[in-house]
Amino acid sequence: MLELKSVDAGYGSFHALFGINLDVKAGEAVGVIGPNGAGKTTLMRVISGLIRPTKGSIAMLGTDVLATPAHKIVGLGIAHVPENRRLFPRLTVEDNLKMGAYMPSARARYAERLDFVFDLFPRMKERRHQLAGTMSGGEQQMCAIGRALMSDPKLLLLDEPSAGLAPVVVQQVFELVKRIRAGGLTVLIVEQNVKQVLQVVDRAYLLEAGTIRISGSSAELLASDTIRQAYLGV
Amino acid sequence: MGSFLEIFDIYLLEAILNGVLLGGLLALLALGLNLIFGVIDVTWICYAELVMIGMYGMYYFVQYYDLSYYVAAPLAILLVAALGALLHILVIAPLLSSPPINQLLATGGVLFVLQSFATVAFGIDFRNLGIRLPILTLGDMHLSYSRLLAFGAALVGMIVVYLFMTRTFTGTAIRAIAQDRQIMALMGVDAKKIYVVTSALGGALAGLAACLLVLQYDVHPFVGLSFGPITFLICVLGGLGNFVGGFVAAFLFAEIISLGGLFSDLEWGYVLAFAFFIVMMFVRPAGLLARRS
Repeated sequence: MLELKSVDAGYGSFHALFGINLDVKAGEAVGVIGPNGAGKTTLMRVISGLIRPTKGSIAMLGTDVLATPAHKIVGLGIAHVPENRRLFPRLTVEDNLKMGAYMPSARARYAERLDFVFDLFPRMKERRHQLAGTMSGGEQQMCAIGRALMSDPKLLLLDEPSAGLAPVVVQQVFELVKRIRAGGLTVLIVEQNVKQVLQVVDRAYLLEAGTIRISGSSAELLASDTIRQAYLGV
Repeated sequence: MGSFLEIFDIYLLEAILNGVLLGGLLALLALGLNLIFGVIDVTWICYAELVMIGMYGMYYFVQYYDLSYYVAAPLAILLVAALGALLHILVIAPLLSSPPINQLLATGGVLFVLQSFATVAFGIDFRNLGIRLPILTLGDMHLSYSRLLAFGAALVGMIVVYLFMTRTFTGTAIRAIAQDRQIMALMGVDAKKIYVVTSALGGALAGLAACLLVLQYDVHPFVGLSFGPITFLICVLGGLGNFVGGFVAAFLFAEIISLGGLFSDLEWGYVLAFAFFIVMMFVRPAGLLARRS
């Protein structure tokens, strides 16, 4: 579904990603794990067009993502839940969801998508008229995921969905990811929370200093010495 | 003594009502400027000059092309809306990431360009539509129809903008982009397009104000100076970019001008309003309804 080939990217003279090869197949859940500053967020931003790579190619279902204007990439079926949620804090929950359905094809099915998201998150229905910035972190994360789902994506990019949340809420977020997967959506998830994310995804890549160190199925990674020593502390 | 009080109260009521009528018009002017500042984060120093061009548009549509007022008004609104969009595309967009001072200087430059253009193209004569609306007499009070019309139209204009901003996808995107410019692409929003739409909307508000002002004031190349500064003060008093604050500040200013003018000359009303502004800048420097951060 999504294929990155030898992608280099950076900010100005700062190089963040080196020769990234990564693919996600339809129906899969794939994780990208690694320490702070490894380039995980940059990777997500490159896929959704917020920054453009200096080298390499990205294809989504056969379409060249790099030839697509940034605001049309969501139309290819890629929805990005950015790091720190990035809700519009002084818009209501419903207006935030409305923004997620901005593109014409989603706009036409706005009511239907809204029902879908409200079914998934009944809490959002209760709070639809509340300003997004006044909700708790977990609720804001639900709203951010709901906003991304409004565009009826084929691929959901989740950037650190557990960041800044209480352990109980982190658990809920991962349960939610499982439910979204069960609905048939393809998921690419970036996480520092290695142990928990490996229980949700089928495969994962370990990103360190802008390069992919190792990749493999969740079971393989859980068993690998590199991961066990550096990330699981066993 | 009793009869004096009676007359005095009528004048007071008349002044209050006139203040409300003026407030509606000032609120409309402030809304356009606030919209541009709140969404695009630039200040159109030449905002009042866009209104001036709109007033000339009305003058030529009505006096030269013999159009009726109600046909000319939508044309003038469209004209200034197009001018607003053009201002953004030609002047603001290339400077979006420049320091604010450069943006101020550039739109300040446009102010002089428009004034000089008007002087050369239209001359320095005072012009008017030749329409004199009657005065409405309510008991002992005298209210001009042109002010009532201006107030009503300003109110309708603001309600239309409110509905547009809250009910439509584009309006919601305009409010969203003011809060987080960077992630708009993730929503499928072309930020450049939203900025042009916002600029056209700001221009349309200036155009509507022009249609209403031209009923009360003669137009000349420097007419912008008579309401430009006060529009800026209102926006700053309400908190730049704060729509509700601007609305409240407009009525506050208008009442001070109107009531101050009642107790002495109209000029003193302006002096009082500006003095009030200076004091408020010390008391609430971020504006009347500043958000606590």
